[in-house]
Order: sequence, then C-alpha cells, then structure tokens
Amino acid sequence: MVVFKSPQNVLASLSFFAKGKTISPSLDSAAVVIDGVEKNFGRLRALSGVSLEIAGGEFFGLLGPNGAGKTTLISCLAGLARPDRGRISVLGHDTVTDYRAARRLLGVVPQELVFDPFFTVRETLRIQSGYFGIRGNDDWIDEILDHLDLNEKADTNTRRLSGGMKRRLLVAQALVHRPPVIVLDEPTAGVDVELRQGLWKFIQRLNREGHTIILTTHYLEEAEALCGRIAMLKAGEVVALDTTQNLLKRFSGHALSLRLRLEGNAMLPPPFSGHVTTDHDGWSNLPLPDPAAVTETLSTLERAGVRIADVRLSAPDLEEVFVHVMNEEKER
Amino acid sequence: MNEKIALAFPELRWGGFRTLFWKEVLRFWKVSAQTIVAPMLTALLYLLIFGHVLDKLRIYGSIPYTAFLIPGLAMMSILQNAFANSSSSLIQSKITGNLVFILLPPISTLEFFFAYVLAAALRGVIVGASVFLATSFFAWPGLAAPFWVFAFAIAGGAIMGVLGLIAGIWAEKFDQLATFQNFLVMPLTMLSGVFYSIHSLPPFWQKISHFNPVFYMIDGFRYGFFGISDVDPWISLAVAVLGLCLVSALALIMIARGYKLRY
Repeated sequence: MVVFKSPQNVLASLSFFAKGKTISPSLDSAAVVIDGVEKNFGRLRALSGVSLEIAGGEFFGLLGPNGAGKTTLISCLAGLARPDRGRISVLGHDTVTDYRAARRLLGVVPQELVFDPFFTVRETLRIQSGYFGIRGNDDWIDEILDHLDLNEKADTNTRRLSGGMKRRLLVAQALVHRPPVIVLDEPTAGVDVELRQGLWKFIQRLNREGHTIILTTHYLEEAEALCGRIAMLKAGEVVALDTTQNLLKRFSGHALSLRLRLEGNAMLPPPFSGHVTTDHDGWSNLPLPDPAAVTETLSTLERAGVRIADVRLSAPDLEEVFVHVMNEEKER
Repeated sequence: MNEKIALAFPELRWGGFRTLFWKEVLRFWKVSAQTIVAPMLTALLYLLIFGHVLDKLRIYGSIPYTAFLIPGLAMMSILQNAFANSSSSLIQSKITGNLVFILLPPISTLEFFFAYVLAAALRGVIVGASVFLATSFFAWPGLAAPFWVFAFAIAGGAIMGVLGLIAGIWAEKFDQLATFQNFLVMPLTMLSGVFYSIHSLPPFWQKISHFNPVFYMIDGFRYGFFGISDVDPWISLAVAVLGLCLVSALALIMIARGYKLRY
C-alpha cells in the first residue's frame, strides 16, 4: 500500500479540527478496509469479493463504467446496503457491529441530488449536525457555507436552490460532523466548471489537512488530477489497483503529434514509416514510449528532409488507461 | 476509539433521537394549516352536520348526541393524524431520497423508532386537543376521569404512529400508502364507534366491533369524559397496550433489519 501523506500531514489535520471536537485519523491504521465484500441483488452479482485498503490521508479514486458496482460498494461502506459476505471497517470500526463509531467517522456525499424541502440551508445543516449528536455547531456551519459559497443562501429554503447549490449543500451536509473519511459519489455531476473548481479546492484542502478522500467520478481528468491512487471496478470486481502514476506508466505512453511538410523526394525515415497515423486535421501522430526521445525523433526527421511546421506533445491520460483496462477485461 | 468518541460526544447516544424528533415536529408545524387546522375544520364540520341532524338523540340514556360525538371526533382525529404524520413523512423521504440523511448518521433503531412515533403521537394529540377545544363551544361533554382521556390519547396516538411507521416503511409508492389508509385505517376508525355506541348495533355487529382494536381506544377515551363506556376501560387499556406492544415489535424488527430502508 502507498501512503501519500506523511504522519506530519495527518497530524496537521488537528489544526483543521482545532475549533471543534473531533476524532483524528489513527496514524497506524488504514482509513478504510474492505475485505472480500460480496453483494447480490437476486441473481445479479453487484460485488464479487472486493478487497481494498485505503490509507489515512489518501485521495483515492474509485472508477468504473455504469453498473460496475461503485455506488453499491460505497453504499456498503456507508451502511446504506448490507454486504452478503465480507467486512468493511472505517478507522478500525466495523460498519455493521460497530456502526455508530464507523458512521461517525464517515461523511458521504450521495450521488442523487436529494434535499429536504421543508427546511432552509442552515436548518438542514443544524439538523444534520444534530443527527451526529452535535449541538451549537454554527461556527463550523458558517465556515463550511463560506467555503462552499453558500453563505448568502443560508436562510433560503432548499427548494429554491439551483442544482449546483443543492450539490454543494450535500457536500456541506457530509462535512458537518468533521469526518476524517469523506466519500464523494460523483460530486461534480451537473456542476458548472467554476463551481467544480471551487469544490475541488476545498476538498483538496481537506485532504491536505489529513482527511481521507474517496472519490467516484465519470470525469476521468478529475480523477487523474486529484487521486493519488485508483481502483478500477468492472462487473463488481477490482480489475486495476495502483497509484495514478503507475497506472499511467503501465498502460499509456506519450504521443508526439506533428504537422509535417514532405518536400521534394523527402520520405519518412524507416523507423517511422508505417507507424504514423494522420488525422483529418493533418496532424501526424507518432507513438513515443519515452518522452526523452522527443529530441532524437525530431532530429531524425530533420535529417531525412522532413520539415516540421508544428509540434504537439501529449501526455498519457487516464481515459486511455481506463479504455485499455476495460477492453482488456472484455477480452478475457 | 469508542471511548474517545463517547468522551468527545457525550450526547451521541440520544442526540440523534432528539434531533430527529425535533425535525419531525418542525416538519408538521411548518405546514400547520394543512396538518393541524385542516383536520380540526373537518372534525368541526362533522359535528355541525351530524349534531344538527341528530341532536335530539340521547346516548347512554341522557347524553345529547352532539356531546357524545365530541370525544369520538377528537379520538378519530388523534388516530388519523398520528398515522398520517409518520407514514407521510417516511414515504416522502423514501420517494424523494432524502431518507439517506437519516440512514447515514449513527442513529440507532430505538432512536429512529421513538423519534417518529413520538412526533406522530404529538401531532395526533395536538389535533385532538384542538378538535376538543373547538367543538366544546357547541356542547360540553364533561371530564369525568381525565386520566383515561390522557392515557388513551397517548396510547392511541402511539399505536397509530407505529402503524404509520410500518406503512411508511412497507410502501414504495403513495398509492400503496393510500391503500393502507383507505382499506385499513379509515374503516377501522369509522366503524369503531366514533359516531355511535355499539349498543345501538344489532348483536352480530356488536360482536364484530369487539374485534376492532380501535373501538377499545375510542370507548376508553370516551369513558374519560362521561364515566360511562361500552367496555370496562381497564380492558380497553389492556387491549391498547397489547396492540402497542405488538405493532412496536413489528416496527422495531423492520427497522433493525433495514427492511425496505437499507438494501
């Protein structure tokens, strides 16, 4: 397992909690342990013995196509669903036998855009605090509202909020009890770019301060930018689990795109002929296993009399990895 | 870690109950025109219409029909509104999906149960008291034994609050809840002696009425006003307590197992 946060960083979480009572993540235990979890819905096997260990302070991504079992796994973790087999613990607390402690340590942002139309934003957050046994939580509520840009809507009924605001209110509700482990199930679905960036800044800050973040998303560029480690699920099974960097290295390479001008009798030299594809915009794409080889590639082309009008170097992306992993599984 | 949590949050054990109860009370209070005033008005209309038509009738020998009707209407309001509160709150939360806010926190089975049932019983008692106060301007039924009034108001509200909880958990759609309400709750309350003494019924229907648990609640409640009833109030109280225990056991099992709540 790779732990991305140093113990000092985890300890720094205490500063975030300093204003209120909270439980700090244990330094020597995993934040979440999922051990052989199985879940069936009738004949449909939603989870087939999923095992994962997520360290304290990680920003962990859970990816997969629709129906892969991401939300079912999160529901089992949050106690919304009951695994048929296997165990899950949050900071050492079993989610079934010690559910009170486990749920106290977990903040979940659900995927569905749900709200209680009877209450204002502030009332909703006070009620949510109360469910966790916390009273007089207004200082922290104000801070969350401020960070999520909801303070002007504090006394507005939740019915009158836009979709993006409702989504941010869900995030606020998940944070009212300062949970050390935060689960975000597709939190940016339907949220505009500006709000999405604001939301990620806030979540990244929480992660820097020691909170463990578990994220599911269909926006792979988000997962690539944010997650230190990623698990890919398909048909209820973990089909890839590694650091984001290792996944990118393992399944993807750089690509060099060039606008070429072949003057006179100039031809692509042997190493490239047959390996170059040209798209409809006139860009010729060369595979580049090692980005350090770019200078040598350009020199070889120049020596062969190929003139280069424009150059574009594209880094490996998670989308490629994702497609690769999913197709690989299909072929099995 | 348990100890740490308990130390950090001494209120944790019943904090969830207190907030969930308060949320449920706020929920009906915020729409009190619909949840309190409207049923009170309905009961008042029943009294005006039936009282006007049947006021010359005497029940138990000397009690004017209008006065006889008041406790029955108050109890019917308690029962129907207690049921409506817990059942509608749960089904709305299930259908809109916001039940997740209650399922995610560390709220125990007992906290969940008591919060919904007590809030439902409270709404029932508030509506019942409002009906009693409003109808008392037209006739005074007396208050022979207030203990029984109080005991049956609480027991009736609690039983129907629990039944509402069961119906709300079981139902997946509003029409399923309406089926429960129209084909079980409504006939049981309307045929329980709200509008008549069962002694006025033919012997066969008198016997059938004794199988209706709601009959005992209304009869015992009425005893608190007139000091007269069709059945000994202690028997009625025993039936109410037994009924409360049975439906509570069923509801607690459903919540503990997460039946139609957690999948």
